[in-house]
Amino acid sequence: MKDQTKTFVFDTDSAELVEKHIAKYPDGQKASAVMPLLDIAQRQCGGWLPREAMDHIAGLLDMAPIRVYEVVSFYEMYHDKPRGKHELRVCTTTPCWLRGSTEILMACEKELGCKVGETSEDGIFTLSEFECLGACVNAPIIWVDDDYYEDLDPENTRKLIQALRKGEKPEPGTTVQRHKSAPAGGLTTLTGSGG
Amino acid sequence: MAKLTIDGREIDVENGITVLQACEEAGVEIPRFCYHERLSIAGNCRMCLVEMEKAPKPIASCSMPVADGMVIRTNTEMVKKARNGVMEFLLINHPLDCPICDQGGECDLQDQAMAYGFDHSRFVENKRAVSDKYLGPLVETHMTRCIHCTRCIRFSTEVAGVEVLGATGRGENMEVGTYVEAAISSELSANIIDLCPVGALTSKPYAFEARPWELTKTESIDVMDAVGSNIRIDSRGREVMRILPMLNEEVNEEWISDKTRYACDGLARQRLDKPYVKKDGKLRPVSWNEALAAIAERMQDLDGDKLAAIAGDLCDAEAMTALKGLISSMGSTNVDCRQNGAKLQAGLRASYIFNTTIAGIERADACLIIGSNPRIEAPIINARLRKRASAGDFPVGVIGENVDLTYRFQHLGVGASTVKEISEGTHEFFDVLKSAERPMLILGQGALSRPDGEAILASARLIAEDTGMVLGEWNGFNVLHTAASRVAGLDLGLVPGDAGRDVAGILDGAASGEIEFVYLLGADEINMSKLANAFVVYQGHHGDAGAHAADVILPGAAYTEKDGTYVNTEGRVQRGRRATFPPGEAREDWTILRALSDVLGKTLPYDNIGELRAEMVQQAPALGQIDIVSPSSWGDFGVLGEMAEAPFKSPVANFYMTDPISRVSETMAACTEVFVQDGERTGTDG
Repeated sequence: MKDQTKTFVFDTDSAELVEKHIAKYPDGQKASAVMPLLDIAQRQCGGWLPREAMDHIAGLLDMAPIRVYEVVSFYEMYHDKPRGKHELRVCTTTPCWLRGSTEILMACEKELGCKVGETSEDGIFTLSEFECLGACVNAPIIWVDDDYYEDLDPENTRKLIQALRKGEKPEPGTTVQRHKSAPAGGLTTLTGSGG
Repeated sequence: MAKLTIDGREIDVENGITVLQACEEAGVEIPRFCYHERLSIAGNCRMCLVEMEKAPKPIASCSMPVADGMVIRTNTEMVKKARNGVMEFLLINHPLDCPICDQGGECDLQDQAMAYGFDHSRFVENKRAVSDKYLGPLVETHMTRCIHCTRCIRFSTEVAGVEVLGATGRGENMEVGTYVEAAISSELSANIIDLCPVGALTSKPYAFEARPWELTKTESIDVMDAVGSNIRIDSRGREVMRILPMLNEEVNEEWISDKTRYACDGLARQRLDKPYVKKDGKLRPVSWNEALAAIAERMQDLDGDKLAAIAGDLCDAEAMTALKGLISSMGSTNVDCRQNGAKLQAGLRASYIFNTTIAGIERADACLIIGSNPRIEAPIINARLRKRASAGDFPVGVIGENVDLTYRFQHLGVGASTVKEISEGTHEFFDVLKSAERPMLILGQGALSRPDGEAILASARLIAEDTGMVLGEWNGFNVLHTAASRVAGLDLGLVPGDAGRDVAGILDGAASGEIEFVYLLGADEINMSKLANAFVVYQGHHGDAGAHAADVILPGAAYTEKDGTYVNTEGRVQRGRRATFPPGEAREDWTILRALSDVLGKTLPYDNIGELRAEMVQQAPALGQIDIVSPSSWGDFGVLGEMAEAPFKSPVANFYMTDPISRVSETMAACTEVFVQDGERTGTDG
């Protein structure tokens, strides 16, 4: 391939994980490890999978490269083009929508200066819309990289983005006074001392 | 056996087949797009829905195995409605561009829409559009027409063994393609055009050339290699428009190589359409009578040992019979059909044919390939080897070039020393062959056309005998030819007689002046510079090397322009049929030789092709058995001796250009540029 100047290899940390995943599968069935390996490679490459990484994995697992490309293009969470440093995935399914996800999305677009599906100009954020993230009790939610930020409103969404932009990592989970998904105003039952 | 009731009729079928196959056995046609007998089952088009008793909804018959007591209905309202629904979905995104689609008139979707389609669309949204892909110089793509049957993906993965096609994306965004732009580098790639049930993959060289109903279809035999693939020649007027495969389970199944399919545009270029005679150092067009007289003048008074004839690689058996008759009537034994100098002798048929037969490969359980690259010498045979290898338990050893054959093999060595080790039983692969029940070996022209070819032939015979390859009805000794005419030539004994000269001897004789007259019947693959001093007659159809060296040119017919008998590498006798007439004043080859014999006063004893064939069969009884391969008796052949160290090299350097027709084909030139030259350039041009 003429344009293939770069090469890809797993770094030391990744290589250890890769071996662990490949070892899970019997001989001749190595291809089963393709999905975890792609995830490891994507993390190593900064959120996306260059061709060289996919080809490297194909070689490692005795697969035709096209079979790896198929997997990558099939799943939403693998990317074959560069992305922002942080993935902002805003849930817009019904419960979040009822709790104001439209405003959250607008706040994101305004703060980032880009539309859904785009990467902000500074290259730090890629904004996308997602279907139900399954944490409706804490709606509305944004899924950032590996963490959920919950119970958002436009104001703390802005704060979240600003913090991330500064390189901080706010505490994941709920952004209001609330214990995980327990009632917002404190417990209403089982409040007694028992007995 | 399973007993099924299909549309009220009971039928007994084998276990393990599918409902669709059972319906076919019962004579019920099931519409389908993704299902194909020779590919794995995908079950994704849903067109083959049928009703099964006790099933709550229609079932996809292509992927439902038969079971005893099944009751299947294919003609109910439910089935009709289900298929109508599937068709409506397929047509949602299919463009309505049949008038500008090359598949029009031979399109499965078009045909089945006649039966199951609706007269208008209820879909008011935008249809999806897909960007076209580049798949090389042979396959044109219109991916918007694709209905995602995945036949092309399965073919390239399973049959061709070149895993480059895939389906990327999903749902509405699914696209069939290569992801990374790449030509499909398989010698069988164009078969995906036939497999495509719609106009998504069409033929690039044939784009917008003709409609299927304008074409005259002639069933014939291919001569681009020694496989003898069964083909259908589609012609319009004088022109061969395209070549398609014909089904023959014993030979090519339903595939043909890209050269077989696409070299046909060479039939219209650089043709010899008039007789020429060299006068004052220049070839000038003359009449047939003048040309024949000019030959007779030089030939008449020559002693037989000063005459020689060489038959080329594309000749039909009839022309070779006439050539042999003519040259021996002149008292000469200097005749040869082995342009490449292969050390094969006529006489014992088992010593020069592919005894196992092509279909027999599937019964073999170990294989040794000596001095051959079947992938480029005979792609169809390589596909069979791959089919056998994919079924498992098929150790393959290769002595020769270490190239990608599309299946796993063990590379044992590069030259004769490994052959020697195996023949002496000291190599580990000897035991692999020995322990196999039906081992086979393939001996290629790369090993036979060397000076030590006879010794290699003898060693191969020893290997065959010592490892039990020749046992009862099984014969695992195979010679893989590359020339379509070769086996017929050997059957007819077109080899030098007593004190006669072979090709090398003729060339040396011509250079030294001992041979004064050389008759080339379509022979272009020899060193023409040695013929400078001799009087050369070239009879053939293309202005290739032979014509350039000739003093007299007699325009003959190409394989699509004559009725001819060809014998493939298995020794299978097949008849080619004339699809078009030869151009200009060109004639069928045997008639030219017959006319010349008349002028020489040695009239050959036949006036029509029937009489000629009777004579031919009398000389070589094997040629009388059309399309039957009968086992040949075994015997002693080859001469043991010293073998040189030089590595084996396939005689085919460029798969796409091996003969006068493919050398002038524009399509083959384009393929050479993309597949052969690009391949050579990789790694050196950054």
